[in-house]
Amino acid sequence: MMLALEIGWGTTLAIKTLVVLTIIPLGALILGYTFLLKMMSHMQSRLGPMDPGGFHGWFQLVGDGLKFLQKEDIMPAQADRKVFAMAPAVVVLSTFLIFAVIPMGPDLVVENLDVGIFYALAVSSLSVVGVLMAGWSSANKFALLSALRSAAQLIAYELPLLLATVGVIIQAGTLNLQEIVLAQQNGAIFGWSGIGDPFILTQFVGFTLFLVAAQAELSQTPFDMPVAESELVSGYMVEYTGFRFLFFFIGEFGTAFAFAAIAATLFLGGWSIPGVTGDMANILGPFVLFAKLMAVAFLMFWVRFTYPRLREDQLQSLAWKVLIPIGLINILITGILKVAI
Amino acid sequence: MSTTGTPAAGSTSPDFTIDPGSMRHLAQAQVNVELDTGDMILNLGPQHPATHGTLRLVVRLDGERVISADPIIGYMHRGYEKITEFRTYPQVTTLINRIDWLSSFANEVPFVSAAEKLMDIEAPPRAQYIRTILTELSRIATFLLFLGEMGLQVGALTPAFYGFRDREHILNLIESATGGRFHPNFNRIGGLKDDLPWGWLAEARSAMQVVFDACDTFENLVLGNEIFAARCKGIGIIPAKLGVAYGVSGSNLRASGVDWDLRRDGDPYLVYPELDFKVWTHPDGDSFSRYFVRLQETRESARMVLQCLDAIPAGPVMTKVPLIIKVPAGEVWVENENPLGQMGYYVVSKGGTGPFRVKIRSASFSNISILPWLLQGVYVPDVVTILAGLYFILGDIDR
Repeated sequence: MMLALEIGWGTTLAIKTLVVLTIIPLGALILGYTFLLKMMSHMQSRLGPMDPGGFHGWFQLVGDGLKFLQKEDIMPAQADRKVFAMAPAVVVLSTFLIFAVIPMGPDLVVENLDVGIFYALAVSSLSVVGVLMAGWSSANKFALLSALRSAAQLIAYELPLLLATVGVIIQAGTLNLQEIVLAQQNGAIFGWSGIGDPFILTQFVGFTLFLVAAQAELSQTPFDMPVAESELVSGYMVEYTGFRFLFFFIGEFGTAFAFAAIAATLFLGGWSIPGVTGDMANILGPFVLFAKLMAVAFLMFWVRFTYPRLREDQLQSLAWKVLIPIGLINILITGILKVAI
Repeated sequence: MSTTGTPAAGSTSPDFTIDPGSMRHLAQAQVNVELDTGDMILNLGPQHPATHGTLRLVVRLDGERVISADPIIGYMHRGYEKITEFRTYPQVTTLINRIDWLSSFANEVPFVSAAEKLMDIEAPPRAQYIRTILTELSRIATFLLFLGEMGLQVGALTPAFYGFRDREHILNLIESATGGRFHPNFNRIGGLKDDLPWGWLAEARSAMQVVFDACDTFENLVLGNEIFAARCKGIGIIPAKLGVAYGVSGSNLRASGVDWDLRRDGDPYLVYPELDFKVWTHPDGDSFSRYFVRLQETRESARMVLQCLDAIPAGPVMTKVPLIIKVPAGEVWVENENPLGQMGYYVVSKGGTGPFRVKIRSASFSNISILPWLLQGVYVPDVVTILAGLYFILGDIDR
């Protein structure tokens, strides 16, 4: 391997940590800029975010960031101070942990875990702990309602999310994300291996389920009941200001980034493109993955900006009566076909 | 409804005392106390995005379910009824512009025609036509905002911006005719301040096309959306009889199936008798039907404006009135169909330059009086849907 340089494990660890620590805020900023500021402005005829800085409002994000840094750090008098301060960190931490297992090239993966997808979905649920902490410690009724909604939502949506990935796992025969990518790269659709076998073609139901459930996991419209700015005035974030609020913001968009990456890896072939192997794949891989995850994120944010919000009980009945049965049927059919073909 | 700062009786904190006779022994009482989750009192407002201003709702919650809700109003009370007693008639129009600030022009018309009735004069036909056009334009502006904002309150961000964007065309029209975007203060007793500017009629015609397009967009984007239907159908049902009993009026009442529109059924005013329009109703009475009725009424208003633009006669816009307006003694009640519902003025004159007493019947005040009944047993998100569907303006409640 040309790229495999002689470096010690300490340096490797440091580099890996640095990569994860930069990728998530960077990803959050990219998604925030591309979709929240630019795509939303175009879709909704907003004039404000297109103005600052001259060309296409490029300065808006910098301005927003500076604004958050200047804001006073307010803590409610009755807040549980330690928990209140820790909550944003817990939310962001879970986002960092997800990215550790996402492969960006044949050799570019922070930690090639054998239980990769299982681990990613497990740590993604950690953010709800942070949300619960924020909601409880804020000493605010709106925040409390929001945190409880968030917990209820987690229980309803973790299951369809998992069931959606089971189809992929059956087809690939592994939980390891790197091997799932390889299975797609080397696979064949009914004997034709021209573009490999991106699982979106065979697992289209799974892909749709995954996107819907991920939308709920990320608390994005139509499942943004925990945030619900028109009812709960931004819910668990209501008492947070300045830098702590920025942490929630990074957590929100960073998790969206991570989930888009997982979806791209599971269903769109991750870093692989047909005809590129070896060192070239290591170099192109991150960009290919980025392009694919942006396409998935575009779908997520398109839905987010278009749809109204469901009610909490409607979300529960949608999850338990529609998504979970569909997920189970999908697994059944995938299993039968896997054995039969 | 209580109008003071204290919640009405019945919304005090839950009573945990237990009748000893109903319990077999103390342990059972203990269990009942411990498992009783108790109510939570949630203060929606006076600063809350769902209340369009400073309405305060004291909501008693069991989980997410509303046990009772008390609207507390008066945070924006400006005492207009009293102030009018110290103003001359032309000065009063400035005040009543601020009652329902989204459709100010429509507020002016009934008061001015009340004064005209007392003086026994009538505005010239051209002025009547322009008044009709501007009234319908302010109705369109108000409803476009509603059509967008209802989406926002149910969670969809995009329609709100479309509503604001398309309303801008109407506000530009009102501004170029009257000089004011929100508070035109354009009516004079006996006519209007000015004639329309050059090219205004053509501008208005093209703006109506924007309104039709906007209505199509809202029909596709909001009304046709499954989630919107799931959130609004069957939520906040006002039975027709109860609505009438509470004094609910306007589109809210028509959405309950009551076929009653003052433009058609009331005393003939402006040029409405000459216009051909349909009064839309919906049998369901829920939030969804309120959206449906307002959407159709927006289209109907645009059609009415087009009819007026075709039929508008030439001529003066002002009759001869004395320089200092003195209104003869007498009493008169004038009511109009405003965007928010029935809006009326009871004007008592003792023959001076200003009114002796003015009673303002504003639509929103009566419309929200049904809230305590309507909000019982719904979920917190439905509270927002119902508030958005009733569509009130705080200035119209508190005056």
